[in-house]
Amino acid sequence: MSAPGGSFESRAALALKDPSLQKALGNFKPLFVAKRASAIAELPDFEALRERAAQIKNAVLGELDVWLERYASAVEAAGGKVHFASDAAEAREIILGICRDANAKTICKGKSMVSEEIALNPALEAEGYEVVETDLGEYIIQLAQEAPSHIIAPAIHKTREQVADLFEAHHPGRPREESVAGLVNEARHVLRDKFFEADVGITGGNFLIAETGSSVIVTNEGNGDLSQTLARVHIVTSGIERVLPTLDDLSVFLRILARSATGQDTECYTTISTGPRRAGDPDGPQEYHVVLVDNGRSKMLGGKFHDMLRCIRCGACMNHCPVYSAIGGHAYGWVYPGPMGAILTPLFNGMAEHYDLPNACTLNGRCQSVCPVKIPLTELIRTLRSEQVKAGLMPARQRTLLAAWGWVARHPDLYHALERFGTRLLRARAGRAGRIKSLPGAGAWTQVRDLPAPQGDTFIEQWQAQRGKS
Amino acid sequence: MSREQVFADVRRALAARKGQAPRTPEAPYAIAAMDASERLARFLTRAVQHACSVERLDAIAQVPAAVQAYLEAHALPLQIASARPLAALDWPSVITRDTGAAVMQTRTAVSLAAAGIAESGTLAMCSGPDSPITHNFVPEYHIVVLREADIVAAQEDVWQRLRAGGAMPRAVNLIAGPSRTGDVEQTIQIGAHGPRAVHILLVGS
Repeated sequence: MSAPGGSFESRAALALKDPSLQKALGNFKPLFVAKRASAIAELPDFEALRERAAQIKNAVLGELDVWLERYASAVEAAGGKVHFASDAAEAREIILGICRDANAKTICKGKSMVSEEIALNPALEAEGYEVVETDLGEYIIQLAQEAPSHIIAPAIHKTREQVADLFEAHHPGRPREESVAGLVNEARHVLRDKFFEADVGITGGNFLIAETGSSVIVTNEGNGDLSQTLARVHIVTSGIERVLPTLDDLSVFLRILARSATGQDTECYTTISTGPRRAGDPDGPQEYHVVLVDNGRSKMLGGKFHDMLRCIRCGACMNHCPVYSAIGGHAYGWVYPGPMGAILTPLFNGMAEHYDLPNACTLNGRCQSVCPVKIPLTELIRTLRSEQVKAGLMPARQRTLLAAWGWVARHPDLYHALERFGTRLLRARAGRAGRIKSLPGAGAWTQVRDLPAPQGDTFIEQWQAQRGKS
Repeated sequence: MSREQVFADVRRALAARKGQAPRTPEAPYAIAAMDASERLARFLTRAVQHACSVERLDAIAQVPAAVQAYLEAHALPLQIASARPLAALDWPSVITRDTGAAVMQTRTAVSLAAAGIAESGTLAMCSGPDSPITHNFVPEYHIVVLREADIVAAQEDVWQRLRAGGAMPRAVNLIAGPSRTGDVEQTIQIGAHGPRAVHILLVGS
């Protein structure tokens, strides 16, 4: 499960030249955007829901310690166990401990971004457990030994032919399937045995309910439910920011999550789990554990990036991001891609190491216009950039050029003269076509598109001419 | 120890925000009121959109015959996993019923829904000794008996019923149609890991 190496720039350049990735990205984007738009349109008042969802999250985050305590007490009252982990290493250690105590061999997993975040699978595999991802997308990338490239559709970068190749290589004795139906059916048969063999089921927790001590998962395949119901031990991994006060609050989020994520009015399965199997129950896990991960979240709390903690991981921001849809998720280098990753990755893993991420953004604002919890994503990205500058991380060339521009801008006569000279120079270079096909110093731009030449006089020239008239 | 650490970190961060009291959420979001016939109509439309099939019955006593016809129409073995209250109905002797957890070989389950949610066309299933969770996910064919009187407008009505009933069930499963996946080229394929078909037997009052 390795993220691709190299710098953001080199990964993005490779992604742009990868024909099967570009084909896969071309398939996905119109679908997600259009489906979300129609799912939102059929609601009487999506704006009111967004506003309310943001309010609930703000209220919980403002008293997070109180809600976490209430939630933990309710889980314990229902016979479950809550574990807190300050960082990824601690979270892995807690989960390994539970698996050891359970004398486990096989572990089935539902999709969990927190488990990706804490790099759980390699740790489990290193101790000899058989770890099976059961969400079809996660299963595909587990076979391919890759990281997810989208938080909702982890294998979005794979074409059907690539999935067929992977299945043929990993499922000996089965005929090659080419159709979507055939591939899905093959995965169903192969994974069925694993669900019944599993000793431990690990799932995420989309929401945690303080009122009842419940964890909530939302899926379409039913894999999370089979993982957590058939195993002896159920482990929920979630972030400390995922707690909600009541079931009624949950309903607000369930109305926006599926619509924002996949454009469905609701996912197929929403499961609210409370504690382990009870007396007389014919099924369900004998042990129920919740591992709540901080891993940098408390550092965001109360600070400049507090609003990011409202995120419910729906993926709408990346579905609407022009940069994501050009380069895909792997270029972002960690488990959270797109606009959310441009903020979370530098915060969790270092602003210097991930300098490019917040800078590879056009600040077009589509992400925040679709964010169901109204996170001001572009504002946060801009704040990150300014933090990077304050920390002296801006590359020397960029710093020098900006300083030079700043000096010129403070000398208006010089600025206007250079502007007049520059526009005429560009127009001359463009010739009659009005478009510049190559420009020294801007090769990266003109390599893939023409630069339109400036038209007419400069703004100041026109301004002065207009003033003269009136 | 980690517990104390996490709480200490959270409290330290929140202390820095003192004075910025969180806004109290306003009145809960409410969907438009629906009368019984509107609830029924909306539930049916949505359930069918989610690829459920629906058959209407006049009385719960008709369930066994409807199940038998369904099994025969789909060439399924005359063996079902059944919710306990339904297993007690008057069944033809050819159909064997098992009220325990579903096993690998279980092809059909017959469950009793706690409620139907009109807003989303969703079935609400509550687990317990009489209603195993595995019946909802393991079989290929899931037949769900729903009483018309149990169709409520919104999720919040289900939560209200659960609160009135006392303890939260071990599992509450909200089900909107058969299992599906879009993970291969974003093409929706019905029949991922859970049931390939959800057939609702809607029992009138």
